Amino acid sequence: MAYIIQGETGDWELVCGLEVHGQVVSNAKLFSGSAAAFGAEPNTQVSLIDAAMPGMLPVINEYCIEQAVRTGLGLKAEINLFSVFERKNYFYADLPQGYQISQFKHPVVGEGVVILDMPDGTTRAIGIERLHMEQDAGKSMHDQDPKRSFIDLNRSGVCLMEIVSKPDIRTPEEAGAYLRKLRSIMRYLGTCDGNMEEGSMRCDINVSVRKVGETGLRTRTECKNLNSVRFVMQAMEYEAARQVEAYEAGEEIVQETRLFDSARGETRPMRTKEFAHDYRYFPDPDLLPLKLTQDFVDRIKATLPELPDDKKERFIRELGLTPYDAGALVASRRAAEYFETVAKGRDAKTAANWVISNLFGMLNAKGLDIAACPITAENLGKLIDLITAGTLSGRLAKDVFELMAETGKDPETLVEEKGLKQISDTGAIEAVIDDLIARNMGQVEQFRAGNEKVIGWFVGQVMRATQGKANPGVVNQLLRDKLKG
Amino acid sequence: MGALADLTIARAAAGLSAGEFTAAELTEAHIAAMEAGRGLNAFITETPEIARTQAKESDARRAAGKAKGPLDGIPIGIKDLFCTEGVLTTAASHILDGFKPAYDSTVTRQLRDAGTVMLGKTNLDEFAMGSGNLTSHYGPVISPWKAADGKDRVPGGSSGGSAAAVAAHLALGATGTDTGGSIRQPASYCGIVGLKPTYGRCSRWGIVAYASSLDQAGPMARTVEDVALLLRAMAGHDAKDSTSAPIAVPDFAAALTGNIRGLKIGIPEEYRVPGMPKEIEALWSQGMAWLKEAGAEPVAVSLPHTKYALATYYIIASAEASSNLARYDGVRYGLRVPGDSLDEMYENTRGAGFGAETRLRILMGTYVLSAGYYDAYYLKAQRVRTLIARDFRNAFEKVDALLMPTAPSAAFAFDEKTDDPVAMYLNDVFTVPISLAGLPAMVVPAGLDAQGLPLGLQIVGKPFDEETVLKVGGVMEEAAGCTAKPSFLR
Repeated sequence: MAYIIQGETGDWELVCGLEVHGQVVSNAKLFSGSAAAFGAEPNTQVSLIDAAMPGMLPVINEYCIEQAVRTGLGLKAEINLFSVFERKNYFYADLPQGYQISQFKHPVVGEGVVILDMPDGTTRAIGIERLHMEQDAGKSMHDQDPKRSFIDLNRSGVCLMEIVSKPDIRTPEEAGAYLRKLRSIMRYLGTCDGNMEEGSMRCDINVSVRKVGETGLRTRTECKNLNSVRFVMQAMEYEAARQVEAYEAGEEIVQETRLFDSARGETRPMRTKEFAHDYRYFPDPDLLPLKLTQDFVDRIKATLPELPDDKKERFIRELGLTPYDAGALVASRRAAEYFETVAKGRDAKTAANWVISNLFGMLNAKGLDIAACPITAENLGKLIDLITAGTLSGRLAKDVFELMAETGKDPETLVEEKGLKQISDTGAIEAVIDDLIARNMGQVEQFRAGNEKVIGWFVGQVMRATQGKANPGVVNQLLRDKLKG
Repeated sequence: MGALADLTIARAAAGLSAGEFTAAELTEAHIAAMEAGRGLNAFITETPEIARTQAKESDARRAAGKAKGPLDGIPIGIKDLFCTEGVLTTAASHILDGFKPAYDSTVTRQLRDAGTVMLGKTNLDEFAMGSGNLTSHYGPVISPWKAADGKDRVPGGSSGGSAAAVAAHLALGATGTDTGGSIRQPASYCGIVGLKPTYGRCSRWGIVAYASSLDQAGPMARTVEDVALLLRAMAGHDAKDSTSAPIAVPDFAAALTGNIRGLKIGIPEEYRVPGMPKEIEALWSQGMAWLKEAGAEPVAVSLPHTKYALATYYIIASAEASSNLARYDGVRYGLRVPGDSLDEMYENTRGAGFGAETRLRILMGTYVLSAGYYDAYYLKAQRVRTLIARDFRNAFEKVDALLMPTAPSAAFAFDEKTDDPVAMYLNDVFTVPISLAGLPAMVVPAGLDAQGLPLGLQIVGKPFDEETVLKVGGVMEEAAGCTAKPSFLR
């Protein structure tokens, strides 16, 4: 699925690396004890440290470190036992200290890899360059007053992880798949909720283009603060096309930071002032270098959950699922766990079908997350059991499923309440058939004359008479016997 | 009552304990002295009402048999770099106008918990940047010592207000902070004892930061024993300061045994700088002779990287300061000078709020951290700092403590040196190497120069070995027997 931009001078390819900023799931901020929850009233989650009062000092929140290491392990990355927090110095009204504490030369996590499952069934390995930790700034609000700007420091000091990929991404689809996969891994690990709308995951993209066959990298541009997968893909497409056009017109690409205008779907340069910073990084003298023990890392490693790649592999190997089904099921940890509960002691393929086609379909239609699913996994399992036992036909089962989605009740109760039990009692069905044959001799004659198709009409009539509850297998068998006379 | 202000902390503690006088009386004597001494400009903010309340509480505790220890009821001054809850805290800068913290620094909270009485906030160089107490927004402090020439002298800096207050008997003791010599040099200039503890011994939490990797709080008082008593209350691990050391606090006063027999005292040859006044050199030799008489053994040691210390110090301290002082932006507290844009508000506020020396150091620090200069200045300075620390480590393999001068001269007059920043920085030549190595060092008055101005000698110890420093200092204090009083008290 190469992404080729055809230019007048030849074919061009896209080269892209992503920097993802994920908010670490933690009750407290990186260097202060204040709460880090989203959506609180402005300036209600601010400690003396977050407001950079004179004489205040940062103290590392060990849980945040643990979360970063956990994420690093999930990315199969090297964990650096020695890392350093540095100060990135710049002035802005919502940056109270006048510097952001970040990691620069010595990040806590080094090289790793993320495997992408592409829709065509192939996989792509995207290299991770590094993961480092940093504190977030506050928020400036320019729309509250005609003359003044307001500052909300709730986010000030919240722990972020910045995950930098290698320039391995070649198509917008890969970028989308990468973001979704990264989010899936972090959600499995419980280290970042990946909620782009709430800003707990943001993305900067570095884009360049080159002629197909070139091996070096050309000048890149950066688009900052993209807050949806769609915008990331749009910005990449626009930026790649713009660069190709520029090269073909004989122009050069300037290394710069550009802003993506989602309303117009285009990128444009930021004013020079907005990015011409010399950040004057230097190790934060208020913090000692972060030294981790191998034991600390090993203890975290021992508690890692099974990650999506491993889970997918196991579903294929042990449960005989197709790669596509397995991939669909493991994308979310909750969904995978749901499926495993349903599949336990049952046919895995049947369970997968019900979860992927019916359950995911229903959730999509209702706009619900699996966490808010009205049907418990246990109840979906019972529904499958009812089919297997012959109590429900496939058609009836779908009706019951819909009722379950509406009411949240268990299938047995619903079958009981609505009298939806399949009729397999031959006596009852025989009575219906006898009556039908007696009243429709014309059709009987047709059948006997060799028109096999007419049996469908009879089946339909029996089903109608029994409100669909008759066991179709039994109906067929009895009809054939009786029509033959 | 005047006599009460002339006591030492140890003697006052004994008097309080024996019921000879009350904390209220002791405090009133000091409030009166503080008012009488206003001409020295040692205090930025006087807090007599707080002092009276605390003294009353102290007396009540004592009456109930719940006195807290030797510092209960002892009136002291607090350098105005320590944040004090509800009390104006200025760092002697215009930019902190009106700033009343909602919190107490760890050190001042511990002192309060020990029962001390706060007389007020003492003057200093702006953000502790200076060696003469000349850069304060609230005006210079005048030393209680006048020279034979009759001219006023600087008290030294940056803890000049604390040093002057203690020397002029306006307070029994005071807190100081020392980044490159800010406790030791003013102690030497004002003829008192000042101790800079090992980096990490006292918490930095709640102290307005100048250079984080060097700043250290310490006590200033009129005797070695008093300094030991104050240090015990100030020191200790603080979980809120990641650089504070999780090391137990000993009973420092118990270290003053007077027995230094067999101790090896290093004399670093590199400190015989060219052009050092003869009287400084003579005093240094005299100091060694006293220690030798008491049974210590002088040992020549070498600290080969000493000559790079001053440049290294000013690069590192300025770099850290440029970043530490970025928070004073007019957005959340202190001075704000409005402007038409955010950048203009910053420029107006910082331009008006910072004095010339502070601006100079912010500019220097910004420069040495800038792209293209970082490696040549900041990074190289860090490497040299490592070498300087190694020099001391090597020396301490052979000796138990070092003896050296504190400053190249006695206190200078207000019209000397003041327009040449480099000449001013040279005051710190003997104190900054020790700061860079993070070692404990104490200055003890040892004599007077030809002009009748006090001179102190500096005793340097191994990391967290303040006890040896105090022990040697106690012996020197006794041998020197300095009884000269500042002209202010004569």
